[in-house]
This record gives sequence, C-alpha cells and structure tokens, in this order.
Amino acid sequence: MSEDIWAAQDTHPDAIEAALRELLRERHAANEALAPARVLNLIVVVDREWKGEIANRLERAGRYHASRTVLCAVEEGRKTLDAVATVSYDEPKGSALGVMHESVEIDLGTEHLHALQTICDPVLVSEIPTVVWSPHGHPEAVDALCPLMDVMLLDSDDIDDAVEAFARAERLRKHAYIVDLAWLRTTPWRERLAATFDLPERLATLREIEELEIRHRETSLASALLLAGWLSSRMHWDHSHLRLWDGRVARNGHATNGGVVVSLYIAEQEAPGLAGVTVACADGSSLSLQRGQGGLDAEERTAEGDTHAWKILGASRGEGGILGEGIRQALLRDSTYLPALQAARELCPA
Amino acid sequence: MSATSPLSAADTENPLVEGLERLPVHPTALVIFGATGDLAHRKLLPALYNLAHEGQLPERFEVIGVGRRTHEDEEFRDTLVDSIERFSRRRPDSNVMEGLLNEARYVQGSFDDDQIYSELVRALDEFDQSAGRPLDRVFYLSTAPEFFPLIAGKLGAVGLNHADRSSVRIVIEKPFGYDLASARTLNAQLLEVFEEHQIFRIDHYLGKETVQNLMAMRFANALFEPVWNRNYIDHVQITAAEDIGIGGRAGYYEHAGALRDLVQNHMLQLLARLTMEPPTAFDADRLRDEKLKVLEAIVPPSVDEVESMAVRAQYAPGVVGGVEVPGYREEEGVARYSRTETYAALRLHVSNWRWAGVPFYLRTGKRLSRKLTEIAVILKQIPHVALQSSGSVGIQANQLVFTVQPDEGVSVSIGAKIPGTRMRIRPVNMEFRYGTSFLSESPEAYERLILDAMRGDATLFTRNDEIEALWGIIDPILEAWAHDKSSTIPQYESGTLGPREANALLEPGQMWRRL
Repeated sequence: MSEDIWAAQDTHPDAIEAALRELLRERHAANEALAPARVLNLIVVVDREWKGEIANRLERAGRYHASRTVLCAVEEGRKTLDAVATVSYDEPKGSALGVMHESVEIDLGTEHLHALQTICDPVLVSEIPTVVWSPHGHPEAVDALCPLMDVMLLDSDDIDDAVEAFARAERLRKHAYIVDLAWLRTTPWRERLAATFDLPERLATLREIEELEIRHRETSLASALLLAGWLSSRMHWDHSHLRLWDGRVARNGHATNGGVVVSLYIAEQEAPGLAGVTVACADGSSLSLQRGQGGLDAEERTAEGDTHAWKILGASRGEGGILGEGIRQALLRDSTYLPALQAARELCPA
Repeated sequence: MSATSPLSAADTENPLVEGLERLPVHPTALVIFGATGDLAHRKLLPALYNLAHEGQLPERFEVIGVGRRTHEDEEFRDTLVDSIERFSRRRPDSNVMEGLLNEARYVQGSFDDDQIYSELVRALDEFDQSAGRPLDRVFYLSTAPEFFPLIAGKLGAVGLNHADRSSVRIVIEKPFGYDLASARTLNAQLLEVFEEHQIFRIDHYLGKETVQNLMAMRFANALFEPVWNRNYIDHVQITAAEDIGIGGRAGYYEHAGALRDLVQNHMLQLLARLTMEPPTAFDADRLRDEKLKVLEAIVPPSVDEVESMAVRAQYAPGVVGGVEVPGYREEEGVARYSRTETYAALRLHVSNWRWAGVPFYLRTGKRLSRKLTEIAVILKQIPHVALQSSGSVGIQANQLVFTVQPDEGVSVSIGAKIPGTRMRIRPVNMEFRYGTSFLSESPEAYERLILDAMRGDATLFTRNDEIEALWGIIDPILEAWAHDKSSTIPQYESGTLGPREANALLEPGQMWRRL
C-alpha cells in the first residue's frame, strides 16, 4: 500500500479539501489507472489519546472501508485545527483499475464540537452517503453532525445501561438511519433461527414458543435484548418488563406474563456478543444453539423426547469484522431493526 | 407475554425471514458424482467450504462423493482438504473445514454399477436417521456428459428421484447435449425420471454478479430503456476471450470446440439477457419465459448462410504473456489434422420489433491476447456533427460496456470537451466497478448456484425449452462445419486478436473492439 500525505498545522477545512483534491489529481496524473473510490464518507469522532486504537480498528475493517474517512480527534483545550490528509492506493497490475482511498485526521478542541458540521462538511465527498461513528460518546459532536449524516453507526453494547443505549438509538433514528453493531452481532443468530424454523414441521411451532433463553457476554446485554426484541416483534408477542434488574445490567432476568418467558443469562466468553440461544415450545420440544469451535453446537429435543446434537458450521467474524460489516450495512436498509429496538425497550424496566 | 398472536400474512410464511440477507436453506445431503474430478476440486468443494465458513450452509449438511478412483473415506477427505486449501478464495478455518468434511463419505465405483446406488440409498438413509428428519437431496452431476442419462436412470431405479417428505433435485453440468437432437434426447431421458422443477441445468455465468447486474441495469433504471432498441443501438459485441490454451483437456475439447464450449451456453445466455423484454415478475419461470421468447426470435441460419455469418479458426504457435506457446495441433492429445475450432465468431440477428436490423457479434477464442469477457453495446453515431474540430480524436459513438471478467463492472463512454480554448472532443469513461462501489466481495458463481439449487430457486438455471432453443441456433452452424471437410481451417497466431477472417462479418465502418 502506498500513501501520499499532506499535513498542516493551524489550518482550515477549505485547505484540507484543496489538499486532498490536489493529492488525488497528482496521483491520477501519475497513473490514470488509479481512481478514487466513491461509496461513502465516514466521520469518526474520538478522544485524541485513543485515536490510534480507533485507527487500528478501522484498518482491521478490511475491505469494508470508507472511501473518505474524516477522523476528528478531540483534545481538551485545543484552539486550532491541525490536519493530516492521506491518499492510499495499491498500484494496479496490468490493465486493472486501482482504487484510491482518502483519510483525513483533524486534531481539534472541544470548543469546536458544537460547530463540527462546518469543519467536516467542506471535507466530505458530495453525492455519496455520510456515516457518523462516535465511539467515545461526544454527543455534542453527534448533534452538530445531524444535518450531514445519512447513517449513524453506533454500538448499543458500548453503554452499560441498555435503557440508556436504546434511548440514544431511538433519539438518533429521527435524524439518520441507524446501524447498530449490537444488532449486527445478532445477525448470525437471527439467520440461524429463521432457517431453523423454516422447516414446515417447525414453522407450526413458532406460535407455540413458551420460553426463550439467551446467553450473552456480560457486556453484550443490548445484543441479547435486541435478539429477544426481534423475535418478539416478528411474532407480535405482548411485552412485559424483565425482572431482577439491578439498575445497570439485567442479571438472570426473567419476563413473563403467562405466556413466553424470556430469560437472559450472562455467560463467560471472550468474544463480544451472544453465547447461545434456547427456544422451548409448548409441546415439549426445544432447540438450543451454543457458540462453539467452527460454528454453533446445536441440540434439539423433540416433542417425543428424542434428542439430537450436531454442529452448524460457520467461522466467527471477530470484532474487526463487525465494524466492517457495520460500514457495509450503511448501504443497505433493514426494516426489522426498529421494531426489534422498540420491543427491546419494552422489555427493559420503565 | 402472549403466545397466541397472529403470524404475518399466511401461516405457511416464515415471519423470521424478513430483513435477512441470507435466506434459509433446508437440511441437505449433497451427492457429487465425479467428486474426484477437476471441477469438483477447483470449484465445487471450495464453494462449499466458503459457504460453510460464512454460515450459509443449512443446519444439517452432508456430502457424499462418488467417483471411479479408489479412495477410502479418510483419503477422500484428505483430497478435499487439499483442494480447499489450494482453491478457496479465503484461508480456511481448520474447525470449519473439519466440521464440513468430518462426515464426508466416498462411494467408489463406475457409474453403471448398481452397487454404488445401493450404497447411496444406505448412506442417505443413515444421514436421515442421524438427523432425525429427512434431508433434502441434491445430486450434482459433475461428470462427462455421457453419464448424465445413465446416472439419472440409476437414481430413478433405486427410488432416489423422489422423496415423500423432502425435496430431491438434480444438478446437471454443461455441456447439456452435443447438438439439438442430443439435447432433446437428454431432456427426454431426464424427464422420464425427474420432473422439470427438479432439474437444474447449470450455466455458471448466470451466477456471476455482472451477469445478474444486466437485469438491474436494464430494469432498475429509466436511463437505458429509451435507447435499448434498434433506433439507437448500432451493434453489440459479446466477447469471451481466453489467453490460455486447452490445457490437458484435449479429450473433451476435440469433441467440443469453441462453439459448443462457450457460444451455445454462456454467450447466448448473455445475449438473451441483454435483449429480453422485462419480465412481469422476477421469478424463475417468468424470467425464463422472456429469455425463451427472444431466443426463438433469433432465426437460425440455413446451412448455406453459415459461411457468411460464422467464422472458425484455430490458434497457431505464438507468444502469450511473453512466453512462447504451441499451436492447437501441437497440443498433447490433439489430432495432427484436427478441425476443431478454438475460435468462433458469429453474426446474429434478433428478429423482433425491438431489435430488427441490429447485428449481434459474438466471438470467443483461446490463446487470444488477454482474458476478457464483456458485452459492448455500441450506439449509433450522432446524426449531425457540429462540434468537430481539428486536434481531437473526434466524436465517437457512445458505448455501454459490461465487463463480466476479469474486472466486473460497467463503463459508459461519452464525449467530453478537452479543456482549452477550442471545442475539441474526446471520449471519456464513467466507470462502475463492483469492488469500489459496494464494499463487498462478489461470491464465486458456484457458491451462489449451489445455494440456489439447494433452495430450489431455478432463476439462474436453464429450463428444458430454453436449452433446446439455444441449441437450435447453433445446430446449423455445427452441421455446416461438420460437413465442410474441404476448406482449410484459418489459423491465428496465439497472443493476437484472432483471425483476420472475422473482420468479414462486420458491416462497413464497424470494428472489433480491442481486447
């Protein structure tokens, strides 16, 4: 990977944009087979002291990277803007086209946040979607960027209190389409449950689910609640609140209203996200999926009491994969997230 | 929570599927006939691995390989591991690999041996027992075509062509038939054993993203439809060029040739998708109905007309990629005076209201200057040139080019002013490349096709009437060439654009696009 770099201190957005344009022009003139990628902009707002870690995460997102990334590194007390603009590319071989990606790192102060839109807007590529990701909070920055953003990338598992996390998502969805990494962590489980119940003999039992148990990493409560919310919203269950809530995390929470019992359990696991799901039906049948090596360990108990155990294949994406997947999802639309979010909120204490 | 709540629309619909990118696939046992062959190792097994890696295989998935080579189960699995490691598009995860191949079985024998079918019955029943439910069954025939009717018949004889509580499908690789008569015969033989909805005739080009994107481009954009007809399009060139020779495939290629190998299937499928009318719904049968209509509008040439609308040739020694290569007749296994064509070019017409008078040029060849598959739609020149000025290459006809491989994408060439004080025009390209626009890696075509076959979605497969229509177009050309034993077969130097004789197909003012 080659890079062309420009840097300046005490600069302003127009100069950054002009520098990027010149870098692109020069590189394209040197090799006409190089063209800028034009898919989406990504604005990332981070604490300056952690920007390296975020930059690493973005790098590990792999092929799902933005065309232009604007990394706003916030530092208390800073009064001016310093910037580094980079155009990255691999020299294409033969007659192939090569693609250039652009990134800008802007060091700025907290006093700039309320007008962050005026700093980012001139630097963005027009006519393509803009995704905003603020992993270290900075709600003021996010509010300022609302007019610019088409997609808000967030992670409801980042906030200990799921109630607060979901309220944030609900608030932001009024301004932009939400891509929630906590929701994306449920994707393999939703796909697997959908496939499982697609069999005609199991489809009939969907309406007879009596118990849903979700096992999750301690820091992935939001993912667990979203999975429960998804099933609840797809099946139009009435909702009641989880009990045994200690104010921050629902530990071994149960919700019941004479119908489906939803239980959440904390599981010891290194990977973020869900550890397992068990669905039990009125006829005594149950299906359990548990994260294992090389896929999910499945166990089914039939209504007659027979049990079967097998492996459902699939490799883990890893957390680097989830961020890349989040960026990719910014181009798609999933109509089932919002109903799941609303149902998940209703599962939480009022 | 209440458990007695309404499901969506109908009780048979799965309400959990909405919003998912990956659709459910039911538990399946896949039997690969020809499991030790080249296609299985280079394409099928790596495709299965990638599906497993991404969690796209059904919850229960079993593989049985059938072949003539002697292998124990363990030895067979080792060959699969080796193939996956060599040909998978991603680095294999050992746990997933082990899970995929752990229970893989191998049944050894010749395809006419009843014993192997009895063993298949036994193995498939065991899988069902182990799963506690009947698995769908997919029989994939990755064998030489002469075995297709034999295998189908044997499967029927032991009752493996149907199942009471699961689906049974058969996937047939190309070539489907050798000519129209053999294709009809093969269809009839298969339909004696299987129903049409169970038969999946593969054309792996249909699984490629760019080929599917033809549909999106044409039917999801208002921009193109107004010009998609004889009033604006001058001609179309469809090219499938390869820079490689026949490799070690003389045994197959000597009897096939370029026309059968690529034109009859892939290229005519591209032509059909380019020229078909919009289907009223995007389901398998309505899509294929429209393709059939346009294929039937291509009037096959009479034998006498072939000479003026088709050219064949063979590659001669030359240099490709800086390396000297032998000519076709010097390749191992090729007859010294072989008349098999390694290059074919045709001029076809679609005789309907939309396309009357527009020539469609198809060309394919081995050992050409580079590997490229594309569809180029060349529009007519503007009627009046007022902008022409000296010092520019001038105004050239707009072109819309779909590149299928190696670099999938679409480009549109338009005329733009060269910066300066004078009005000088040069063509510039607007490019759309899959890799730069969707942040996604296109899955291999076989991954998509295998999954669709397991799901019973025939949209990307060829129907029986369709395949006969495809052969109907080619048959007179094959017949004419088979009977013409007197004229010499033109030779073209390897590493070039092909024979000069192909230029005679074009109308005045037209040129073959550079590769």
